[in-house]
Amino acid sequence: MRKIPQQLIPLAVLFIVLLGVLVVARQLFVPKTFGDLGHYRATAVDEVAAQPAAYAGYRVCLDCHDDIYQRKQLSSHAGLACETCHGAAAAHATGESDQLPTVPRGRDHCQLCHGYNSARPTGFPQILSNMHNPGEACVKCHDSHSPRMAKGNGECSACHQMIANQKAVSSHMSLDCTDCHTVPIDHATQPRVVQALKPNSEETCGKCHARGSSAGAEVARIDMAEHGGRYLCWECHYPHLPEAKL
Amino acid sequence: MNEQHGQKCDFVGMDRRDFLGAVARTVPTWLMVTAIVPELLAAEAGSPDEKYRPEEHRYAMAINIHKCIGCGRCADACKTENNVPREPVFFRTWIERYRVPFEGEAVVDSPNGGIDGFPTEDHDSGTFKAFFVPKLCNHCSNAPCVQVCPVGATFTSQDGVVLVDKDYCVGCRYCIQACPYGARYLHPTEKVADKCTFCYHRITKGQPPACVEVCPTQARVFGEMGEQASPISRFMRFNDVTVLKSWLNTDPRVYYAGADEEVR
Repeated sequence: MRKIPQQLIPLAVLFIVLLGVLVVARQLFVPKTFGDLGHYRATAVDEVAAQPAAYAGYRVCLDCHDDIYQRKQLSSHAGLACETCHGAAAAHATGESDQLPTVPRGRDHCQLCHGYNSARPTGFPQILSNMHNPGEACVKCHDSHSPRMAKGNGECSACHQMIANQKAVSSHMSLDCTDCHTVPIDHATQPRVVQALKPNSEETCGKCHARGSSAGAEVARIDMAEHGGRYLCWECHYPHLPEAKL
Repeated sequence: MNEQHGQKCDFVGMDRRDFLGAVARTVPTWLMVTAIVPELLAAEAGSPDEKYRPEEHRYAMAINIHKCIGCGRCADACKTENNVPREPVFFRTWIERYRVPFEGEAVVDSPNGGIDGFPTEDHDSGTFKAFFVPKLCNHCSNAPCVQVCPVGATFTSQDGVVLVDKDYCVGCRYCIQACPYGARYLHPTEKVADKCTFCYHRITKGQPPACVEVCPTQARVFGEMGEQASPISRFMRFNDVTVLKSWLNTDPRVYYAGADEEVR
């Protein structure tokens, strides 16, 4: 057997020591489950999966709110999950939090979906906010759990449907027909013989639009004595859709 | 030959006839025991399906661009569900609006990821067409981010979801650079890479991802690719689907229906 050269012996020792250091370092620094499933820590998967959920899912909601759910399922909002509008509710469902889910009532929330945007799919119901009852809350007319057409104007809309629809999206939507029109009781049975009357003075409009009226600040005001001369208001303005440009 | 075989059996102390007899007597008993006992044990331990087996799943998401109304509820829900910082530069999912002019390049915008809605111009004259495209991590089968990670902190799990090991990430940002879809960001406080996990904590418990849960128009579909009757399989059958940047061979698991050629 050939003799091992002397200079190799310390080198060999050094290599063995380094190898030992490497083995120890690997034991110390490489996580236990690293490489079990691939080039990663296998337990990291469980750590990611352990994150708590904030959204409970609609099935949890209908344990208690089944009545609302059933109503919603018959409407065009059937595809909406409860938490789409009411926000994450897992803490509410489990009782961890006393805080109730949010109930959005402002116009801004509904407009996230229903405000007009040219990029939305054709046919999706959208409104132009400044033309659709400006300032009013959507829930005043629409039930968000059953969002059909807004409530009609009772018996008048049976014949005057087109006017009712126009008025429904105008700033006059909260007015009743009889606020402006004098309607004899027989008009419903003999509409041609007994006619409903249009306002015959500026006083009708002046109830809200005169300078000194008690209507809300958002209502436009004019000087009734100066404005319009000998014409009645509705001879220039269309009261069922005042926003319309004649 | 037969004689030899018989002799071979002799060394365990029985001939072939005895051996076959013994097999005929014991095997049915043994089969019954092995079939019944684990079930009994599992029944005592609780539901047998409680343990999640990642190797039995293959997840995918599909997005129908024709159905997206750009309401941004998905991006908002994602931030809530996953504690994504609210600053308008950190997103796991977001919505882009594409406006294609009659001539020239499409204009893409995504103000706050679409969470607060998209501003509308009074006149969109000059716009030929416009649509919304929800974006998220594509959970590529050949994920560039996984390839470049120097420490093995980002990886593809057995069920096909690309995840980040927060404890192991060193925050080098290589993966953020590598992602062709811009789906990753560096978490401003944790200083680690963060991205969509398909809501891994939800899907492993049988719930849909938060964005899919809240989508009001079912523009997002999620499910098991391997099952014939799953929502995603159904969607893939009835729609012409494509993937983003298919020429990169990343093989995404997020599929798009109705994606125009402008969509990148």
